[in-house]
Amino acid sequence: MRVNAPPLISLHSASFGYAERRVVDGVTLSQGPGEVIALLGPNGSGKTTLVKGLLGLSEHLGGEVALFGTPLEQFHDKPRIGYVPQRHSLSASVRATVREIVEIGRLPLRPWWRPANATDSAVVDEALDAVGLRDREREDVAALSGGQQRRVLIARALAAQPDVLVMDEPTAGVDIANQRILAQVLATLAARGTSMLIVTHELAALRDVVTRIVCMDGGHVDFDGSPADYQLGHRGHEPGGGHHHGSPGSVGRSDGLAAIVTDTLPSREAQS
Amino acid sequence: MSDLLALDFMRQALIAAVLVGLAAPLVGAFLVQRRMSLIGDGIGHVALAGVAVGILTGSMPVFTALIAAVAAAVGVELIRATGRTSGDIALAVMFYGGIALGVVLISKSTASSSNLTGYLFGAILTTSRTDIVVFAILAVVVVGVTWVLRHRFFAVANDEEYARAVGLPVMGYNIALSVLTAVTVVVSMRVVGLLLITALMIIPNATAQLVSRSFRSSLAWASLIGLASSVSGVIASFYAETPSGGTIVLLAIGTFLVVSIVSGLVTRARRAAHDRAERHEHEHGPVCGHQAIPHGGHVDYLHDGHRHAPHADHYDEHDAQAHPAPQDTQEVSR
Repeated sequence: MRVNAPPLISLHSASFGYAERRVVDGVTLSQGPGEVIALLGPNGSGKTTLVKGLLGLSEHLGGEVALFGTPLEQFHDKPRIGYVPQRHSLSASVRATVREIVEIGRLPLRPWWRPANATDSAVVDEALDAVGLRDREREDVAALSGGQQRRVLIARALAAQPDVLVMDEPTAGVDIANQRILAQVLATLAARGTSMLIVTHELAALRDVVTRIVCMDGGHVDFDGSPADYQLGHRGHEPGGGHHHGSPGSVGRSDGLAAIVTDTLPSREAQS
Repeated sequence: MSDLLALDFMRQALIAAVLVGLAAPLVGAFLVQRRMSLIGDGIGHVALAGVAVGILTGSMPVFTALIAAVAAAVGVELIRATGRTSGDIALAVMFYGGIALGVVLISKSTASSSNLTGYLFGAILTTSRTDIVVFAILAVVVVGVTWVLRHRFFAVANDEEYARAVGLPVMGYNIALSVLTAVTVVVSMRVVGLLLITALMIIPNATAQLVSRSFRSSLAWASLIGLASSVSGVIASFYAETPSGGTIVLLAIGTFLVVSIVSGLVTRARRAAHDRAERHEHEHGPVCGHQAIPHGGHVDYLHDGHRHAPHADHYDEHDAQAHPAPQDTQEVSR
């Protein structure tokens, strides 16, 4: 169907930030259909700002950004990007069932005056099944565990039937057992051909799902390749070895420290 | 009761009570969700300045109050949208500026102090027929608009960032909700009063949270409780010769206290009867291999000869007494 389809996401020396402060600078990146990209990097390296830039939640400060071949500023079909935000808990100010939260995902697809129809309900069922929460659809979301709540947010994004899922730290703060369930959910989605861009610290949990790894540091991409290359290429991250960034605009952390921080990932992976 | 309905002004008062009792909790639900429970109070303060201008210039106080309240409502959202920490102080200046101006202006008019009390605490029995008609139309509009937009208000209040990311006009919905709040405040001004209206917006929702398990049912409960408090409050105030606003709010608070005590006891009893399944990390699902037994609105899973029922974030042991097994699964449960 989409032999000559443009990339889902394409960035060319793109910069993002807040109030003229560049957090992400000169990033070039392109995601094709079916790719599952893990976006790695230490805290403050700009991963979240990059993702928010794609969603219009942080400012686009320069370079070219296109979504599904349309320049970011002219892109209005926002539900095509399924956003799973980084939330440690769902709002508990009022009661809301799992199903009510997932139904929110359908809202942007219909005009304000049209009530939900049978299709909406069927898609919500599917989204709940995809994350294995159909049997808890009537529970109060506040009663669920952190990992289950994360799956509710994934289902909400799936309910919009997006072309790419963009997730911010889906496994952060989730215990190992629930991380495994979450990884299974993501693996099932990947097997169905769902494209994903996953910001994460915990590569280990998602090792089998990811088809490509992009590393960020100080607002720049400093690695982009296959998981296998990452294992090798990563050696180049040893202090003094092969780091070429360090522009004055970067956070000001030394390469050595950044390398140590990023280094913790594969060693943890080796242990598990 | 029939002698009550024979009185013209009581019929008017009861119609107003029904409309206000429905509208206030419905709009209030989203304010509770946004953790802005007290915003109606601030808007009410500004509405008083509008009332004063109306009294002083001899025009209809309802319309001047409406203009002041809606302007304040839009102001609230614009100030909030800037996201500055000083926004809080800006709101305080606006709200207290409003009530101060109102009091000063009314003192310069020929209106008596009982007139001021009527606006602050409600005086449905002295409200003119024209005012009642205007209030009724506005209240129907508020209920209708809130009902149609309820899913969107829910979505925006639940997760503003997500709503923005998927392209919902967040600012538009926030201003719409704020304006609906302002209109509700003005509509309710003669029934409950500017100083008490927030109570009728919030307290029925607090009660509804105790008895409902979904947002949908909490909306229904809040409207029902609001309606009951409002109508019974007007009736009680007629016989007891008390101000309608205070009577309605006291009834709403009484309902809240009774329901919270009862629901506390029920929760404790349920917890004691609640049989939690053994701890296990496995999560049941359609493909987990354990036999699924749909019944009583949920799905149990057969696990090593006993049944697990999903509850909150864990599994309970199947409770055979609470959920007798349907015929076709009888064998399984034995």
